[in-house]
Amino acid sequence: MNSRLINWFKFSSPASFYPLAGKMVPVFTLIAVMLIGVGLYMSFFVAPTDYKQGEGYRIIFVHVPAAWLSMFIYLVMAFWAALGLVFNTRLSGMMASSLAPTGAMFTFIALWTGAFWGKPMWGTWWVWDARLTSELILLFLYLGFIALQGAIDDSRRSDRAGALLILVGVVNIPIIHYSVKWWNTLHQGASVSVTQGSSMSSIMLWTMLIMALGFWAYAIAVALSRVRSIILERERDTTWVSELAEVRR
Amino acid sequence: MSVAEFFDMGGYALYVWSSFGVTAVLMVIEPLLLRKRRQSVLQRISRIIRMNSEEKL
Amino acid sequence: MFEAYLAILKRDLILAVRRRSDVFTTLFFFVIVVSLFPLGIGPELKTLRLIAPGVVWVAALLASMLALERLFAVDYADGTLEQMLLAPQPLSVLVLGKVTAHWLITGLPLVLMAPLLGLQYDLSIEALKVLLISLLLGTPALSLIGAIGAALTLGLRGGGVLVSLLVLPLCIPVLIFGAGAVEASVSGLGEVGHLYMLGAIVLLALLLAPLATSAALRVSAE
Repeated sequence: MNSRLINWFKFSSPASFYPLAGKMVPVFTLIAVMLIGVGLYMSFFVAPTDYKQGEGYRIIFVHVPAAWLSMFIYLVMAFWAALGLVFNTRLSGMMASSLAPTGAMFTFIALWTGAFWGKPMWGTWWVWDARLTSELILLFLYLGFIALQGAIDDSRRSDRAGALLILVGVVNIPIIHYSVKWWNTLHQGASVSVTQGSSMSSIMLWTMLIMALGFWAYAIAVALSRVRSIILERERDTTWVSELAEVRR
Repeated sequence: MSVAEFFDMGGYALYVWSSFGVTAVLMVIEPLLLRKRRQSVLQRISRIIRMNSEEKL
Repeated sequence: MFEAYLAILKRDLILAVRRRSDVFTTLFFFVIVVSLFPLGIGPELKTLRLIAPGVVWVAALLASMLALERLFAVDYADGTLEQMLLAPQPLSVLVLGKVTAHWLITGLPLVLMAPLLGLQYDLSIEALKVLLISLLLGTPALSLIGAIGAALTLGLRGGGVLVSLLVLPLCIPVLIFGAGAVEASVSGLGEVGHLYMLGAIVLLALLLAPLATSAALRVSAE
């Protein structure tokens, strides 16, 4: 047990994580390309036309995985933030800030595709539905985190301040979600419920799952390659960086 | 199913292709931006190293 | 510990009395925002009555953001904050003292002014009462949550806008239940449930926000 712990902490140093991440990026890129390729094929050629919503329903094959990822990435960021605050490791803060832009992107994709789903299905680009509203607030939380980190020059402070903000956000997310949900049920006027009963066939579910896994692998690949740049930027004055092959050209 | 029929998406072409299109564009742009960022970081660092070694000489 | 709390509270109140302009800018901002809406929407009383709870609450939210930037900034600039970090009393107690003073200075006047503004919107006496209670419960939560943002952005350029960006999304539940209580009272649904939820949020904020704020202060003042 003890030796394993030491092993983990070895990779928490940027100098040893940098080459490891470099090896992992192509692997996850390959997984992402393959899974998304299969997922796209399935979502257009294998999954049958929905008897109720026609071909338009195929939007859910990007919408739902993006929405899952947007929430999942925030939780992963919170995990890194807590780790960074507890163990005071530098890498954790870098991981959190390298995940944020990707998380924000998936949140935006979820909102965008949600709008393009809503227009043909409900006749409006935007409904103040509980889930859409929560997703919008999630986007605000991501943007707040990015803005806060952008405003702080000192990397140590920006890591810790960002970590605190994420943890505060994670405590708040359930409260926000349930208050929005309650607010929505109280104001149920002309709005349409999202959970209209179209039973999902198992092939659709599988397609969604494969796409979600592909997005997940994509997020890992992108976050790892971004964290490599962040490591280089922050450690540019150290000897190990100056000894890297890609730097000595 | 013909190609035209496929692209028509049963009349939902605008919605389906805007969703998939924007997602695809974003997921291509992000790695490209990252590659650019990495190259500029590497360039900056190697310039600093070169400057330092010239100073030593 | 309680003495330290009272000492901080008293000190901040005295400082505020000596520099009254802060109180008035917040209050004036609140009044002006609320008064702008009828000019933008039109004077029809039926519409105004409908939007009154939301308008008053959003204006209160924005006004409380306005004052946040100065919550720790002055103490940070003159070194008092560092003394607080070194003090033997727990920092969260001192933070709570500062937040209480901040609420008394900027929050309470706003709450007391709100019924008067509600009259502009032709709210009934019953609704005005609920508005007063909901603001009385909600604005402390706004100050508590806002303190976290103020501590995180301490001494940063463009701190004022950044605070709003960080804090406003976190304040959404307060807004929903605060404005919801008044609306529910107007529509005859009963406001009790909303007020209970507001109370729960205040308690939770009272418990957690001072801790988060003191952690943030330690990060920022390092």
